[in-house]
Amino acid sequence: MTSESAVPRGPFDVAIVGGGVVGCALARRFALAGASVVLMEKAVDILDGASKGNSAILHTGFDAPPGSLEAACIAEGYRDYDEIHARLGLPLIRSGALVVAWTDAQEAALPSLMEKARANGVSDVAPLTRAETLALEPHLAPTLRASFRVPREGLIDPWSAPLAYLTQAMAHGAEVLRGCAVTGGARAGDLWRLDTTLGEVSARLVINAAGLYGDLLDEALIGRRDFTIRPRKGQFVVYDKPAAALAGHILLPVPTAITKGIVVCRTAWGNLLVGPTAEEQEDRANAPLDHATLDALRAKGEEILPALAEHDVTAVYAGLRPATEEKDYRIAVHEAGSYVTVGGIRSTGLSAALGIASHVLRLAQEAGHGWQAPNEVAWPRMRNISIAAPRDHESAGNGGIVCHCEQVTRREIEAALSAPLPARSLSGLKRRTRVTMGRCQGFHCSGPLARMTAGAFDLPMAGNG
Amino acid sequence: MADIPAEVDVAIVGAGPAGLAAATELCRLRAGRVLVVEREAEAGGVPRFCGHSPYGMREFGRPMLGPGYARALVARAEAAGAQIATGVTVTALRDGPRLTVTSDAGTGEVAARLVLLTTGIRETTRAGRMIGGTKPGGVLTTGGLQGLVYGAGLRPFRRPVILGTELVAFSAILTCRHAGIRPAAMVEPGARITARHPAGLLPRLLGLPLHLGTDLAAIEGRERVEAVVLRSGGAERRLEADGVIVTGRFRPEATLSREGGLTYDPATGGPEVDEYGRTSDPAIFAAGNLLRPVETAGWCWGEGRAVAGAMAVALAGALPPPAVRRVARTGAIAWVVPQRIAGGCSPALDTLQMRAARAASGRLSLSVDGHEAAARALRALPERRMLLPLPAGTGSPEVRLEAAP
Ligand SMILES: Cc1cc2nc3c(=O)[nH]c(=O)nc-3n(C[C@H](O)[C@H](O)[C@H](O)COP(=O)(O)OP(=O)(O)OC[C@H]3O[C@@H](n4cnc5c(N)ncnc54)[C@H](O)[C@@H]3O)c2cc1C
Ligand SMILES: Cc1cc2nc3c(=O)[nH]c(=O)nc-3n(C[C@H](O)[C@H](O)[C@H](O)COP(=O)(O)OP(=O)(O)OC[C@H]3O[C@@H](n4cnc5c(N)ncnc54)[C@H](O)[C@@H]3O)c2cc1C
Repeated sequence: MTSESAVPRGPFDVAIVGGGVVGCALARRFALAGASVVLMEKAVDILDGASKGNSAILHTGFDAPPGSLEAACIAEGYRDYDEIHARLGLPLIRSGALVVAWTDAQEAALPSLMEKARANGVSDVAPLTRAETLALEPHLAPTLRASFRVPREGLIDPWSAPLAYLTQAMAHGAEVLRGCAVTGGARAGDLWRLDTTLGEVSARLVINAAGLYGDLLDEALIGRRDFTIRPRKGQFVVYDKPAAALAGHILLPVPTAITKGIVVCRTAWGNLLVGPTAEEQEDRANAPLDHATLDALRAKGEEILPALAEHDVTAVYAGLRPATEEKDYRIAVHEAGSYVTVGGIRSTGLSAALGIASHVLRLAQEAGHGWQAPNEVAWPRMRNISIAAPRDHESAGNGGIVCHCEQVTRREIEAALSAPLPARSLSGLKRRTRVTMGRCQGFHCSGPLARMTAGAFDLPMAGNG
Repeated sequence: MADIPAEVDVAIVGAGPAGLAAATELCRLRAGRVLVVEREAEAGGVPRFCGHSPYGMREFGRPMLGPGYARALVARAEAAGAQIATGVTVTALRDGPRLTVTSDAGTGEVAARLVLLTTGIRETTRAGRMIGGTKPGGVLTTGGLQGLVYGAGLRPFRRPVILGTELVAFSAILTCRHAGIRPAAMVEPGARITARHPAGLLPRLLGLPLHLGTDLAAIEGRERVEAVVLRSGGAERRLEADGVIVTGRFRPEATLSREGGLTYDPATGGPEVDEYGRTSDPAIFAAGNLLRPVETAGWCWGEGRAVAGAMAVALAGALPPPAVRRVARTGAIAWVVPQRIAGGCSPALDTLQMRAARAASGRLSLSVDGHEAAARALRALPERRMLLPLPAGTGSPEVRLEAAP
């Protein structure tokens, strides 16, 4: 199925540039529609851009601008995820969310936010008094004023999901080229010839899903851009698992015009996170952490859940949102229907990806593209690494636990190294298995892991990032 | 889970020096069937990878290297009749007490009359210290470094920066020397070296630049560490390095006990115990570094053995009932162990153990119901253990460290 080192061929029906969550969902959608698909990702592994670090919330879209493309894609993306996740072995932890007001002004804003939610088709929101809120979440600081509940907001695994989409695409013949940067290209007749670091790739339809580089790719391929990416960094602190007992719901603040604000929520792996910040920066590649900001996040977390003061921070990370000068997604068809830009998927792409993919498929069909869908659909199952279902170590023949903090087994690591899309870096292995991502960050497992992965990585393991 | 018994008299979680000493002692006292559960493939705990340090003076009467010391402790426990099951992780503590265990054979359960937790410590990582910058490969704790060097025969970097000056940082220096790694600098946020003499002389002896009063503000590099940013007195500068060893700031490995609902002491980071090593669940005991950060192997060994003695008494139903007399602390005392006093005879932990929150010259005292019972002047350092006698009687004890003006 994959031939990552071979010189790529073509023509493909569809060439997708970018292996973020959006590109992976697009590959799945088009492959299931019967198109021959190639996905190109410049990094050694998928999920190296905006999709590397997010809050991992499956949003209902209750606070999206009503009538926007974003709102529509989130709604469809949520529905699709809910429908397919079990067949792909993906978790959905139906935690629900509380939007909590801490000031008079915020409390006054709650009714209009609930109105907005209903306008977005999220009609099951329900207001809660201070006492009702504290009864649901007794660890919240008692200074809160009121809240409302959004029952269907949920927690998912932000890496297994796109990996599952792409694995399903590959089961339907999609090719994945990693370490393959698209550097230029031109259209001749009805065929695009793309220049890549792995040679020429030709395709009838090109989809730009390049995330933080979407505007640059448009410029390189169609000679213009409709938007400029303004990377917006979000930093997080993650607490050790005992802290997850402090909050059942996703705890959201009243959002502002720029950001959804600092969230406190569990993760699908049973930790608790606090973040993200919203900081504009120029750099599209690096999202450096800042000690003072992380300290402030910790303090903010303790303001919301005072008992967090007695818990340990075990991980810190940052992600970059591919924001543009406008709020809504920037999805547009160019070059006589042979090129689609899927840009500015800023802060809701994980939730919306499946919806975005269906929207783009419809745009392609309207532009005259069409294929014969396969009669049978393959449903490759992911290995569950979340707390939503039994873990691998609970069944026999797992080879024993290698990473104790995250309870990752030898069998899980071996599977991730030999899957259809195997991990080729320590980061890739971490995202597939969570190995070294726990409280000890490699104190115990660095040695055994280095032995197990010898020869498997492009860059051998020097330790833990 | 064929080779693990479903029922034992005592189940011990963790086969480090504390757990192995306890197993040996319980067998010697004929406490019944003793099972030690160890998640690593090999028993022995942290000393297995300390290829350099002086271990064993107290236990074997001669200086030993870590790995040999670990093997000797394992042999002793097995000779005494304890069963050690390796490659088995305890994932939950349940009422009973029962342990949920998992291994290559899948998940299972062990019921015990008493449980001893000796799960040890870990170092605070780069994340726990919330160090800024990027997240390249090549950032390790001392434990991670030792696992790679002694466990996997690798050399993860050549010119790392070492953060911290607790005793374990000198362990990192020696591990580097063993692997032919030449550290670029040693960085300490405090004004002085934390470790006591003579370890503190090591950097100077080896010509290793030591930066006191300096924070490691950020790490740079994408795939691998390329440099670190040091901050001292408001000024920042960049130092080239290809790795970072984040040492010390130990935290008890207390997740299991915390998720199991045992009362947790945020000051030590471990479960609360009384002078018998008994936690808030009278059927569950704790010993070794799980009780507090961080003691020597010999101390943990002694503690494991003493708590085992109390457990043998508990099995015979002769331990005094648990009490809630708490030891209060004031002044510059970071933590005190035991946190509670039951007030019976033959305590396992026969002194109050404390550490100072910061370096201070002053007066350390114990009072009971406001009456001073013991006191002495001392020069307290964060890594130096401070001891006071266990308070007698039934009054409310308080320990106090007052800095001299
Ligand atoms: C802090 C933060 C919190 C968030 N929280 C949530 C949340 O809770 N829920 C939610 O739904 N969403 C959330 N998001 C949003 C979500 O993460 C993004 O919308 C999503 O990841 C965008 O995915 P993408 O595929 O468009 O971009 P990317 O993930 O950036 O993918 C683009 C890919 O294209 C590759 N590429 C670029 N140029 C080229 C080229 N020339 N050739 C080949 N490959 C190329 C890149 O390497 C990259 O892998 C959050 C985002 C952030 C940053
Ligand atoms: C890098 C380093 C260098 C050191 N150098 C010295 C020195 O030179 N001299 C000295 O005296 N001391 C030294 N020490 C300290 C000494 O090693 C410790 O004090 C001693 O090992 C503590 O013993 P312990 O039994 O409490 O815990 P540990 O030795 O940490 O043993 C705990 C055991 O419990 C197991 N475990 C944990 N959780 C579970 C679970 N859920 N299920 C099953 N098993 C579990 C662990 O795998 C481990 O084997 C050093 C420590 C470190 C980290």
